[in-house]
Amino acid sequence: MREPQLNPSPSPGDAVHATTCYMCACRCGIKVWTLEGRIRYIQGNPDHPVNRGVLCAKGSAGLMQHYSPARLTRPLLRVGERGKGEFKEIGWDEAMAIATSWLAPIRARNPDELAFFTGRDQSQALTGWWAQQFGTVNYAAHGGFCSVNMAAGGLYTLGGSFWEFGEPDWDHTQYLMLWGVAEDHDSNPIKLGLGKLKARGAKIVAVNPVRSGYGAIADEWIGIRPGTDGLFAFALIHELLRSDRIDLDYLVRYANAHWLVVRNPGGADDGLFARDLDGNVLCWDRERGAVDARAVDTTPMVVGEYTLPGGRTAVPVFQLLAERYLDPQYAPDAVSERCGIPGDTIRRIARELASAAFDSKLSLPIAWTDAWGREHATMEGRAVSMHAMRGISAHSNGFHTCRALHVLQLLLGAVDAPGSFRFQPPFPKPIPPGNRPGKARRADGGLDSTPLGFVHAPEDLVVDADGQPRRIDHAYSWAYPLAAHGMMHTMIRNAWAGDPYRIDTLLMFMANMSWNSAMNTSETMHWLTDTFEDGEYRIPRIIYSDAYASEMVAYADLVLPDTTYLERHDAISLLDRPISDADCASDAIRHPIFDSATQPTDDGRPRDVRGFQTVLLELGARLGLPGMVEADGAPKYADYADYIVNHERTPGVGLLAGWRGEDGSLEGKGAPNPHQLQQYIAHGGFWHSPIPESARYYKMANRDYLRWAHGFGFVPNEQPIVMQLYSETLQKFRLAALGHGAHQPPDEHRTRVATYFDPLPIWYEPFEHDQTSRETYPLSAITQRPMHMYHAWHSQNAWLRQIQTRNALFVHPDTGARYGLAEDDWVDVDSHHGTITVQVRFAGNVQPDTVWTWNAIGKRRGAWRLSKDAPESKRGFLLNHLISDVTPKGDYANADPVTGQAAWFDLRVRIRKSDATADESAPQFAPLQFKPAPDHPLRYGAKSRNHEHPSKTSTDDTLP
Amino acid sequence: MTDLPPPSKKKLGLVIDLDTCVGCHACATGCKQWNSGGMAGPVTDEKPYGKDPAGVWFNRIHAYELEQVPATPEAPAQPAMTLHFPRSCLHCETPACVTVCPTGASYKRASDGIVLVDEDKCIGCKLCSWACPYGAREYSEVEGVMKKCTLCVDRIYNENLPESEREPACVQVCPTRARHFGDLGDPESKVSKLVAERGGLPLLPELGYAPVNRYLPPRPRRAGGDDVAVAEDTTTEATPKRWLDRILRR
Amino acid sequence: MHPALSVIFFTTLSGAGYGLLFWTAYAVLCGQGQPRALLIAIAVSVVLSTIGLLSSLWHLGKPARAWRAFSQWRTSWLSREGVASLATFVAAVALAATLLPDLMDGDARGTMPSFDWTGRGIAVLAMAMAMATVFCTAMIYASLKPIPAWRHRLVPTVYVLFALFTGGLLDMVIRGPDSSALLLILLAAALWIMKVRYWRAIGAALPATRGDAIGLPGRTATVFERPHTEANYLTREMGFVVARKHAKWLRVASVALFAVIPIVLLAPVIVPHLHSMPLLVVAALSALAGAFVERWLFFAEAKHMVTLYY
Ligand SMILES: Nc1nc2c(c(=O)[nH]1)N[C@H]1C(S)=C(S)[C@@H](COP(=O)(O)OP(=O)(O)OC[C@H]3O[C@@H](n4cnc5c(=O)[nH]c(N)nc54)[C@H](O)[C@@H]3O)O[C@H]1N2
Ligand SMILES: Nc1nc2c(c(=O)[nH]1)N[C@H]1C(S)=C(S)[C@@H](COP(=O)(O)OP(=O)(O)OC[C@H]3O[C@@H](n4cnc5c(=O)[nH]c(N)nc54)[C@H](O)[C@@H]3O)O[C@H]1N2
Ligand code: SF4
Ligand code: SF4
Ligand code: SF4
Ligand code: SF4
Ligand code: SF4
Ligand SMILES: [Mo]
Repeated sequence: MREPQLNPSPSPGDAVHATTCYMCACRCGIKVWTLEGRIRYIQGNPDHPVNRGVLCAKGSAGLMQHYSPARLTRPLLRVGERGKGEFKEIGWDEAMAIATSWLAPIRARNPDELAFFTGRDQSQALTGWWAQQFGTVNYAAHGGFCSVNMAAGGLYTLGGSFWEFGEPDWDHTQYLMLWGVAEDHDSNPIKLGLGKLKARGAKIVAVNPVRSGYGAIADEWIGIRPGTDGLFAFALIHELLRSDRIDLDYLVRYANAHWLVVRNPGGADDGLFARDLDGNVLCWDRERGAVDARAVDTTPMVVGEYTLPGGRTAVPVFQLLAERYLDPQYAPDAVSERCGIPGDTIRRIARELASAAFDSKLSLPIAWTDAWGREHATMEGRAVSMHAMRGISAHSNGFHTCRALHVLQLLLGAVDAPGSFRFQPPFPKPIPPGNRPGKARRADGGLDSTPLGFVHAPEDLVVDADGQPRRIDHAYSWAYPLAAHGMMHTMIRNAWAGDPYRIDTLLMFMANMSWNSAMNTSETMHWLTDTFEDGEYRIPRIIYSDAYASEMVAYADLVLPDTTYLERHDAISLLDRPISDADCASDAIRHPIFDSATQPTDDGRPRDVRGFQTVLLELGARLGLPGMVEADGAPKYADYADYIVNHERTPGVGLLAGWRGEDGSLEGKGAPNPHQLQQYIAHGGFWHSPIPESARYYKMANRDYLRWAHGFGFVPNEQPIVMQLYSETLQKFRLAALGHGAHQPPDEHRTRVATYFDPLPIWYEPFEHDQTSRETYPLSAITQRPMHMYHAWHSQNAWLRQIQTRNALFVHPDTGARYGLAEDDWVDVDSHHGTITVQVRFAGNVQPDTVWTWNAIGKRRGAWRLSKDAPESKRGFLLNHLISDVTPKGDYANADPVTGQAAWFDLRVRIRKSDATADESAPQFAPLQFKPAPDHPLRYGAKSRNHEHPSKTSTDDTLP
Repeated sequence: MTDLPPPSKKKLGLVIDLDTCVGCHACATGCKQWNSGGMAGPVTDEKPYGKDPAGVWFNRIHAYELEQVPATPEAPAQPAMTLHFPRSCLHCETPACVTVCPTGASYKRASDGIVLVDEDKCIGCKLCSWACPYGAREYSEVEGVMKKCTLCVDRIYNENLPESEREPACVQVCPTRARHFGDLGDPESKVSKLVAERGGLPLLPELGYAPVNRYLPPRPRRAGGDDVAVAEDTTTEATPKRWLDRILRR
Repeated sequence: MHPALSVIFFTTLSGAGYGLLFWTAYAVLCGQGQPRALLIAIAVSVVLSTIGLLSSLWHLGKPARAWRAFSQWRTSWLSREGVASLATFVAAVALAATLLPDLMDGDARGTMPSFDWTGRGIAVLAMAMAMATVFCTAMIYASLKPIPAWRHRLVPTVYVLFALFTGGLLDMVIRGPDSSALLLILLAAALWIMKVRYWRAIGAALPATRGDAIGLPGRTATVFERPHTEANYLTREMGFVVARKHAKWLRVASVALFAVIPIVLLAPVIVPHLHSMPLLVVAALSALAGAFVERWLFFAEAKHMVTLYY
């Protein structure tokens, strides 16, 4: 018999649009193929520097996200009680008029009464600037509850950080240590990199209480006890020091190992760097004595005690470092018990690290010139790299642990050397970066600087004359001085409590704050709806922009519906969260592939939604905010696209770095180019500029790099960046706490600041571990991101939710046996803060004193237009109900004392078999009043199949 | 059509590297996406927003725990492991899924060995799905016909795609590049060499289906022995003084 | 395996129908029986196998295309079954046709005319085709390597014997008891023994481990996470599990229904003149019910190799 005729060459579609994925913050390049106005398929863009053609599960499911029935369709005004989800539809004119009428008086009265918080921080370049123009200090994006420990730990130490701002040298590393990484924002780049390492046979070590995902393919799994990585790192440092397997040449060349620290106990200068009269930091030259530490061709001492001209004593940074970490308390056997890692393993890992760094003799034949003009024929490598994420940062000791890892890297000479961790432009930046948080008001009502920035010293804090917080989230206060990303997780409680003052309107964007991004979710819902005795809401007004019918939508008074990511302009800007890699600077755009009016949901009516950025600019214009109106009061920008192209932050610098200058011939800096967006589109939606080959390593002290980076405005000058093993910034806070200087903490914070502002990394028990009984709450409880879902977004994604509609609590079988549990049993899980009832599953791939679950799978009933009996709400659950937003003592936020980072993973619990005859998870809440989505089967693609492969199948592929 | 053609020289198939797969489901979803509008579309979904959503997937990703293995004279001990395992059609050389088909809807291509379903002939008797030991056949209740992996036959020869993209969707998307596509009938092909080099294995060969796809087993884990005698001295505590004589140049 | 009622109906009813046809044709061959009763028996057998076939169409996604199923008899037992059932249908009609003249002669209640060779040939053909069809049905299952329980060597025999047994009972109900009662008792006993042996045999684990299934023979694997949290076609169709204690109870019920009760009820029939039609009817219904339960278990207890993955 004959084989049937096939069409081996169907057309992939009748049009293709290159843009940027936004199924997560990784921001890969995609090509969206359409056929007769509907998506045929989405592919990874092979030319794109981020993903090089690959596409993760979320990216592929973007199609179902775009067609989701949970999409919002028009502006909504609350009619029922807040939190019920009852709204009436209104037009945009009315919505904008309402928003303006709420915000204008605030702006006139006291701009700080507007709290503007954005969850996903993709448009910070705009939103932060907008907040600045509005004049409120109360602005933040999601970094504070996400990974600011990682950002700050890195930026205050290396001038760059893990997170998505640096990467292992995937092509050369021989040894990769992954510390607490499940997914990261660098989702596809990490996977691509791991694939490369695997292909080369490099060793991967996963330090993680759970062995899944990346840990599954690691050569070695170190099932550490949560919160103890700092100790483990110190033990490794101890071993490297003890066996003298460290790179001292590197440390004096690129770090501050030789800088002299004044030793003057009790003095106002104790612990500060010794400086000459011109302010130059000093070091001790073997022959010449005290000399400029930044000078070259010196022979600096790294140990010893020296008397400075003028009589003060000082010791090199390294002396302090070695003294501290050679202490027997950090010996492998001393930390082994607490970390749950055998001493022999720690010693072996230290040996392996040193061997990968020093014995691999990696050297790239690339000539380069250092920042001092000295030429080098080769680039000497250190084939050991590290990457870390929230397993490190989401603890209350995360800032110091992150710094500990950086110190470990530095001792190995493994920062931006071939084979090691590498900076991605615009990093490295000066340490700390120059921009300080805005806090003073200009004459036009705006702030002197954007609300988020980097504190250099106590005088930069955003506190009042009494040292009390000036921000609603208490960021940059004495309680959380280096809260560089703000503190989203404290804002709602404080707004409810009026601490330090009452706000009028809460404006939120893309943050599911009544659910998976809240700590203490149940009470958060209460705070959002609580009223004074007179019936007025304690948080008077809430404006929220979301694209989907999320849990948070129900808590808004005014809902501004956003478009999907395929219907609007976006800028992925170097001023924001860049997508560069270690070899290239890059930025990118999104542009509308569809007009949202032509993309109805199941109600069939044209959707009337607008990109939030455009709405924000229009609101700004209606409010007459500086920079958003012309002299005659007319709006300055037609829409966000106009802003992307024409707005200049400083002359020649705008949101996009590519195709600048009137004719598009410049990059980095240049006048606005009216055709810039078209040029981006023509080039696949992104721009990238390779770093010159001679400038790709040792960026902190590579002349070609610094020159190149300066040209782009990434660094303020071409001075080398000296990495800070010892942080004088921290010491300044400690001195203030000890009673020195004009800016001192209020008494209640003194001990805390003095304790946690140690200029060298320290380790302490995570607060919840110490403040609860180890007997009562013997287990750690943590979450991990599933690779196929992004937080709350993908719950209504028809494809992704088939992979997972519910989560269980994973328990080690031995632990399960200890508590008399069987697989699939319902258990009550208690923390000091609350109880949840959930189902358990046994899995041996977890540290036995740790239980864990997938993050953000549990959904509130009725949310996302899922049916009321959807497993997401019936059986799925959030660990968040157990996570308190304050410490067990109740004195501070459940956060890192340095940066204010939310300590999600400090959670301690106990489990017991549930006596209730449970068949659903608890707690449950009243269902939201969203109409369930139609539940007829999906035949997506039937039409395009028949278009190219004529068949007897019907062509009806209508989607709700 | 359910007669098997004489064995083809060309044996197209996938090679999946279990050493590298992180279980991200990208291949499963990428497959669903391409095929929804492709030759095997629609790849239907039932109760998409309801209580028990279920749909057709040509590729499903399992996750297992492997128990540790004690050392043997030949091989060192292996620790317990977590393993991700993508499962799709293996395009067997002698597949009963084809021969059991009463209608001729199931067939194996003579030219390249790809096993396909002609949905216009299929009566939806499901027998082929019973005959496949690997669970690679997926019945669509909505369409009433059997569906399965096509090895992206509408991509791999597709002249409308750039040559570099003429590979299955699951291979194209795989972020760790754990999936490889090629001619396993040609010992000189990249995939055959990879299989030779890494000891790629067919699944359940004893059943006689002669799968074409190969799985590359995880490489032995290299935790390194903790018992290695530590040569360094542990008696004298090092002090910072030891670096006093170190001459460093800046 | 998921016990689809349509398929279970199909196999039990059509089996009984073909068995009935077999015995009827045998009677014709031996020149026994009255043409009218024989004709009724043939009609009943055709109706039963047709109901069976129709109910099996229920199981199809595209019943309208069922005709295509006759095309692949060279390789497919399902196709062969289709062809065989068609041929059996033709043989049954031919057999009826050979009886028709006698019926016309008004001698329908009379004794059997002796047939010519054509008539005998047709009878032999009908017997052969009926059993061939049942054998083909059995081989659909018995040929499936991924389902070891169905590969058991007793499966075709049990299918054929069940057809003969249930068909024989129906034959007796339609045409009255005769000496074959003893044979039926023996068949019931044989099936009882065979099923017990079969059930014992399928208790064994699948012939491969999960380690083998994932290409890592020698490694012990446990499921960490399934690909999809909810059920899908595969887990519903191949992953059906019947609780052990239910299975045990159902086995007992099935043996009681198809063996114990019929044997008890048939025993008196052996003694001439000691029979009662109502008891025979009960025996036949009981046997059919027992066969039904047996068939249900045949599916429900069969483990598909794909379950190794889950
Ligand atoms: N237990 C536990 N809780 C955690 C974490 C944890 O590890 N464990 N992680 C924390 C971390 S790091 C983070 S970042 C937060 C994340 O928490 P959130 O920032 O709240 O993130 P999402 O759940 O992604 O929700 C953001 C909202 O964005 C909406 N959205 C999606 N696309 C668009 C769009 O195009 N436009 C608009 N306007 N809205 C859109 C979604 O509908 C959703 O309501 O969760 C935190 N919560
Ligand atoms: N697919 C997908 N990708 C995402 C997201 C998503 O929701 N889905 N979210 C994005 C966001 S907002 C963020 S912030 C990033 C976060 O990226 P990650 O930080 O990679 O994500 P988490 O899931 O928080 O991973 C934390 C990991 O740390 C481990 N861990 C917990 N405590 C400890 C500890 O004390 N020590 C060590 N060593 N490990 C520990 C956990 O087991 C887990 O593996 O991912 C981003 N990428
Ligand atoms: S990692 Fe996936 S979801 Fe995130 S941007 Fe890339 S393709 Fe999209
Ligand atoms: S894997 Fe299954 S469906 Fe694919 S060819 Fe082999 S037997 Fe057939
Ligand atoms: S379901 Fe379709 S393809 Fe499978 S055996 Fe039946 S007719 Fe053939
Ligand atoms: S080859 Fe194509 S059809 Fe088969 S699993 Fe991969 S993507 Fe799916
Ligand atoms: S895409 Fe690649 S890494 Fe991800 S599950 Fe599939 S094979 Fe594994
Ligand atoms: Mo995050």
